[in-house]
Parts: sequence; structure tokens; C-alpha cells
Amino acid sequence: MTEAAAPKIRLRDVHKRFGDKVVLDGIDLDVMPGESVVVIGGSGSGKSVLIKSIQGIIRPESGSIQVDGEEVVGMGSRQIEAINGKIGMLFQGGALFDSLPVWENVAFGAIQAKDIDRKAAYDLAVETLSKVGLTEDVAKLWPAELSGGMQKRVGLARAIAAEPEIIFFDEPTTGLDPIMADVINDLIVTCVKRLGATAVTITHDMASARKIADRVAMLYKGKLVWVGPIADIDTSGNDYVDQFIHGRAEGPITMDLRR
Amino acid sequence: MNVLALIGRVFLTFLAAVGRLSRFAAAAVSHMVRPPFYPRQILRQFVDIGYFSLPVVALTAIFSGMVLALQSHSGFARFQAEGAVAMVVALSITRELGPVLAGLMVAGRIGASMAAEIGTMRVTEQVDALTTLSTNPYKYLVSPRVLAGLLMMPLLVVVADILGIFGGYIIAIGKLGFNSGSYLANTWQVLEPLDVASGLVKAAAFGFLIALLGCYNGYYSKGGAQGVGAATTNAVVSASILILIANYGITEIFFAQ
Repeated sequence: MTEAAAPKIRLRDVHKRFGDKVVLDGIDLDVMPGESVVVIGGSGSGKSVLIKSIQGIIRPESGSIQVDGEEVVGMGSRQIEAINGKIGMLFQGGALFDSLPVWENVAFGAIQAKDIDRKAAYDLAVETLSKVGLTEDVAKLWPAELSGGMQKRVGLARAIAAEPEIIFFDEPTTGLDPIMADVINDLIVTCVKRLGATAVTITHDMASARKIADRVAMLYKGKLVWVGPIADIDTSGNDYVDQFIHGRAEGPITMDLRR
Repeated sequence: MNVLALIGRVFLTFLAAVGRLSRFAAAAVSHMVRPPFYPRQILRQFVDIGYFSLPVVALTAIFSGMVLALQSHSGFARFQAEGAVAMVVALSITRELGPVLAGLMVAGRIGASMAAEIGTMRVTEQVDALTTLSTNPYKYLVSPRVLAGLLMMPLLVVVADILGIFGGYIIAIGKLGFNSGSYLANTWQVLEPLDVASGLVKAAAFGFLIALLGCYNGYYSKGGAQGVGAATTNAVVSASILILIANYGITEIFFAQ
């Protein structure tokens, strides 16, 4: 009998609240090695808090989060740095360091780890930028000189530069036109496949989810209301999922609007 | 509302803020002495605080020295004690005005810029990005700034002392008719190492406070532009108030009989 592979990321009964607001309410989720899981859900449903908890940026009140079998909850800052050495992250707004040129942003991890000298770091940055379709001209620009789509691509280059085992994508297509969004989706699929990485993406863009995901998890009011393969999403039989993917105002998901 | 409950809540909030600031300060200092170090960041902060603050500190010091000479001359003339101008200028500048005025000016210039830069990094997730790139934000952002504040402020105050005394000298010689040689001799005679040293200790303390509060307010800023604006204001106001309180405390330690 063959032993089942251990999950790359394992969450059990994770709870997090900010004041009275419950953000994560008993999350259980396994992400297997090489798998691409997309977490969907409306704004404020706790998607960003979920991935920041996995990275150790936010500490949950209770529950267990394991990365490669190592417990992240309660870890010291040095161990969290070590865990994050395995992780790349594309932030929603890019989060590029505006005091550094593009190439230093891309090679930041390598420079800080003192793995390489600055010349080699520049070469690494140019090579990584080429993987996301950007030329060497971009390397010497400043983040403020880039369009939104280019910032996302540079952010993606920074996320994959260290060839991480796990990559998080936070709303990778938000704020982009549909064509650029599709370009970013293609780049994500290509880069994740090339690296053989485990990917967790949070988004509310269903076109993006359909392109990127192996499995989808739907988060609503701090709970995962449905988890399943992307192929099953249109036939999930889950009212929350149906309402979300069709973008209907009527359904079990209610918006707290004042009328 | 129950007044006692309100007072209690305000007091607890204050204690929580003091506790958080103390932990922040301890983390900043401990990361200052533990590798890895970021020499490029440290050098950048040295230049930003030490070099780019020179014009504002120099102008403040020189005009303060000039005003001090004029005011003390007109005041002491009532008691026929004009000869004390050199002493008043030298002691006031080195013990008090040099460090305090330089501190307040640097708080406005550097404290505000630190809070705004780190605050913007916080609200645009650049601080989180540092963590995901295995870089400790305290080590990369906070410790280099606090170290630079601690070490650069005394150098700025040395410049402020020299230029402040020089400002007084210009007025004493050019306007008040003092003899150049005897004015300088008086200044030199009256100054003791403790006068200058106390000013430099104050400068180091003020530099530490300015950088610490700039970083602290930026690091914990919330929301968008409004949050960064509030952090910037808080950084300058809290640093200025703490400079004045610390100034009294250090003066008490050095000079109280």
C-alpha cells in the first residue's frame, strides 16, 4: 500500500477575530504539493487574513497551520523568516519597494540573503523579468514609472525569483483590464508549472479562478462553505457558490448595505 | 457615561501604548546589535539625518546665537553686566539651545519623513512584503534609522554649538563693539567639558527618540492617506514633547545640586 503524500499546507480549526469581528471561523484546508488552490469569496470574507496567517504575518487565536509539517502558529520571527524562504508572494497592489529600482526589487530576496553579489543579482533580475515578458529596459526603471499591469508582472517576477516551493497570489488580476488580466493568469500558470510550485490564490475574479485553479475553496463569513475541483464548480449544488460564480444579488450571501 | 470608567479606559489605553512603544524600542535596540546588518540602509540613514539636516540645523543655530547675543546684551546692560554676553551665549548654546533646537528641527524634518515613509510602506503592504522576502522589518527599516538618529544627532549638535557660538560672536563683534580676542577668550574660559558633554548626551537621547517615534508611528499607521497623515503628525508632536521632557530629566541628572 502506498502512503498518501503529506499536504504542503495544512490548516486545522483556524480561528481569527479582530475585536468583535470574526474573520476566520474554524478553517480546515489541505493543499497538496504541486496543487493550485484558489480561494474565492467576497470582499472582507477573510481571504487575505487566511494567507497572511499561513505566512506568519498574522497570528490566529487558535488552531493549527502547518507548512511542510512545521507548525507556524506561535513560531518565533527567525523561524518565520525561514518558512518564508520557501514562499513567494504576489501582493494585490504589487507592494514593490518604491525606494529601489525594479531590478533590486526582483532580486531583493537574493541580495538580502547575501547569496550573490550585485552584478549577479542584476543578471538574475533581468533573467527573471524575461520570464514574465519584460525586457532589460524595465530593470532600471523605478516602480512609480510602471503601469499597473507592469507592476503586477514585476511583482510576479519578485515572487518567483528565488524559485519558491509555495507561491501566494493575492487578487492577481484586480484593477487590470481583461486582456492584461488574462496575460497575468497565463504567466501565473506558466510560472507555477515551470517551478512545480504549490500555489494558493485568492481572488473574486472567476475567469482567473477557472484558469489557475486545480481546486477551489469558497470562503464566506470566515468559514469554507465549499471545497472542490474546479471542474465541479458549475455543478457544485452549493447555493453560495452558485450565487457567487453567477454574480447574483439574490441568494444566501447577503451584503450589509444600508438602504 | 460613567466618568470613572472613562478615566479607567483612557488610562488603560495609555498604558497599552506605553507597553507597545517599550516593546518596539526593545526590539529596535536588540536588532541593532544582532546580525544580519544592512550597511546600505544604515549608510542611507546616516546621510539622510546627518548630512541633509545640516542646513536647517546650521541656520537655526546661527540665528539663535545671534539673537541670544542681542537679547543678553540688552538685558545685562541694565545691570552693567554686558561682559557676561560671551558666557551666556556659550553656556546656553552648548547646554540647552544647541541640542533642543536641533532636536526640534530634526523632529520636524526626519521624524515626519520616517513616519510618512514607513507608514506608506505599511498601508501599501511593503512592510508585509519584507516579511515574505525573509527580511525582518525591524532589522531593515527600524534599527538603521534608530542607530542613525542616535549617532548623527550628537554630530549635528557639535555643528550647532560651533555655529551658535559663532552667531553670537558675529553680533558681539560686529554690532555690540566687543573685542574679538577677549570675547573668544571669555568663551573659551567659561566653557567646561561637562557643558558640551551634557549637550551631546541630550543630542543622542533626542536622536534616539525622534527616530524611534518616527518609526513607531509609521509602523503602526492604519488606513490610507489619512492614517499616514495622522502618523506623521503624531510622530512630530510626540517626539517634540518627549524631547522637552527628556531635556528636563537629563539637565536634572547633570546639573541639579
